[in-house]
Amino acid sequence: MDESSSPITRRTLIAGAAVAGAGVLLSNLPSEAQQKAVQQPAAAPPPPPPVAPEDPTKVPGAPTTAVGERSPFVHPQRAPVGEITGTSFTPHQDLTGTITPADLHFTRIHAGTPTIDPAKHTLLIHGLVDRPIEFSVADLKRFPSVTRTHFVECSGNGRSAYRTPKPEMTPQQVDGMMSNSEWTGVTLDTLLHEAGVKSDAKWFLAEGGDACLLARSVPIAKAHDDALVVWGQNGEPLRPEQGFPIRLLLPGYEGNMNVKWLRRIKLGTEPFMTRWETSKYTDPLPDGKARIFSFEMDAKSLITSPAYPEKLTGPGWWPIRGLAWSGRGRITRVDISTDGGKTWSAAEVLTSLTPKAVARFERMWRWDGNETLLMSRAVDDTGYIQPTMAQLKPVRGPGTDYHFNSIRAWRIARDGTVTFEATT
Amino acid sequence: MKLSSSSERRDLLSRVVRPSSLAVVVACLALNACKVDARNDYLGDKSPKQFGLGRAAPAADIAAQNIDVSPNGEGLPAGSGTPEQGATVYAGACASCHGANGEGKPPAYPQLVGGPRGNFNFASDFKIPKTIGNYWPYATTLYDYIRRAMPLTAPGTLTPDQTYAVTAYLLNREGIVPAGTALDAKSLAAIKMPARDHFVSDDRRGSTGGKNVR
Repeated sequence: MDESSSPITRRTLIAGAAVAGAGVLLSNLPSEAQQKAVQQPAAAPPPPPPVAPEDPTKVPGAPTTAVGERSPFVHPQRAPVGEITGTSFTPHQDLTGTITPADLHFTRIHAGTPTIDPAKHTLLIHGLVDRPIEFSVADLKRFPSVTRTHFVECSGNGRSAYRTPKPEMTPQQVDGMMSNSEWTGVTLDTLLHEAGVKSDAKWFLAEGGDACLLARSVPIAKAHDDALVVWGQNGEPLRPEQGFPIRLLLPGYEGNMNVKWLRRIKLGTEPFMTRWETSKYTDPLPDGKARIFSFEMDAKSLITSPAYPEKLTGPGWWPIRGLAWSGRGRITRVDISTDGGKTWSAAEVLTSLTPKAVARFERMWRWDGNETLLMSRAVDDTGYIQPTMAQLKPVRGPGTDYHFNSIRAWRIARDGTVTFEATT
Repeated sequence: MKLSSSSERRDLLSRVVRPSSLAVVVACLALNACKVDARNDYLGDKSPKQFGLGRAAPAADIAAQNIDVSPNGEGLPAGSGTPEQGATVYAGACASCHGANGEGKPPAYPQLVGGPRGNFNFASDFKIPKTIGNYWPYATTLYDYIRRAMPLTAPGTLTPDQTYAVTAYLLNREGIVPAGTALDAKSLAAIKMPARDHFVSDDRRGSTGGKNVR
């Protein structure tokens, strides 16, 4: 959702409000009327749940099936915005644990999702190498593989919450452009050994096989560190919108660099200065400059419950739950404040502290019925502490475009309603 | 291969130590003489430099995909085009989305030209349009991007002459090249864009060796 300043809620879609960011795929000269006709349709309300038997232990259940489905009582959905230059947001409020189901992993596409026959797809490695090589997907799968858990986060994640916050924002709208998966593939280092990288190669260009041939320059050190070429996600082949048959995975680096439908890697001496890394994914600063090649996603956390539109039914014990992640390494601590940031105490981190992967945290909280603000802040193994908005905004500016990782809050009202606050 | 945790190392071992390797280990244990066990065969000096997979990339495949253009002009093809020729290309291939005058239809179709120049204060207000003249640091990127991705519904259909022409047209609209300029590989790479010196490298480092928040 780079071109659009605020995500659109399902509610506003249903209400038939204008849809921002809707792309059109027409051969020539689309009229305004034609554009309206192909805009993103309103999300259909979920079907009513089936009538469950009075006593499910007294009637036989449903037969076995080839492909399972979610319970008809739950309907987690991405929130899509736009079409072939679109985005869809992960519904954090509906998920548990740390792994995002592949069909709910956020998407950001710049020229639609291509349909690629894996038998015809190849990965070319050339440029400053001893042996330019072309791999089939089957070739890649013969290399020693690794399976690792990493998040991918669009560097525009959290933009609306930072620039145009509204009380009625869900965790999905606040930070839905971050998802976490178990990825399977081959290290890029292994593939580069195969081609033999020349000593003057300092950067590589990664290029996708979609209709915009999306391309980003990456320092060679990342290839030798932890970059992967992956074909598997959460136990199955990549989904088409996640890069089927293969994508680049650069753990901790901004999402756009994790090039999907990867078709080419070219080694060179300098960055290639593609549109995405120059006029697009760069970060204006208040001193009249703009940061270029800002790769790492800094430490961040988000409370996913209680969160809008939940309502606490009354005082008593409630779990505060959420997610924390850092593109620089492991999360070492997550602090919680239940008094608007005056005091902090450590939450329990429920999951293993994997580098550049999501950790889930939780802390039980006894709500006394008074109005308050709940906040979380992540700390990573560089010692970095997730900053407050008051720290971040002066150094980045209110209109900056990417890398939004300030502490956010949920306001609990006396009647138990929960609303979003960007905080100051 | 870099292993970032001991559990990953164990994962590798459990995969690598298959029956044949296991036989080696057992034989070593029996002889009580082997100082190098099976894991070193895989992780150490004896792992192959190359696995010999894939094929030598055919020259034709490299030529077909090697489309990137660098700021020094490397990768630009032969050909040329003027702003006047580009106006025709633009009207036919670009105006339906980006508007008759490059004003765009935000947010789906960005404004291309006519953004305010001079103070580069985008961080103060995200509504200030970033256009070719006030934000793009390299002119070669225009050629590269148009060749990759434009027009949206028929990418890759413009000829090199048409691509140079529409690039010249947009740069002329931004006052960067004069009317009548025949833009080619050499002259395109020689352009210094107005925004070029505004871009700075990333100085964020986590908390290591510096301020926590930058």
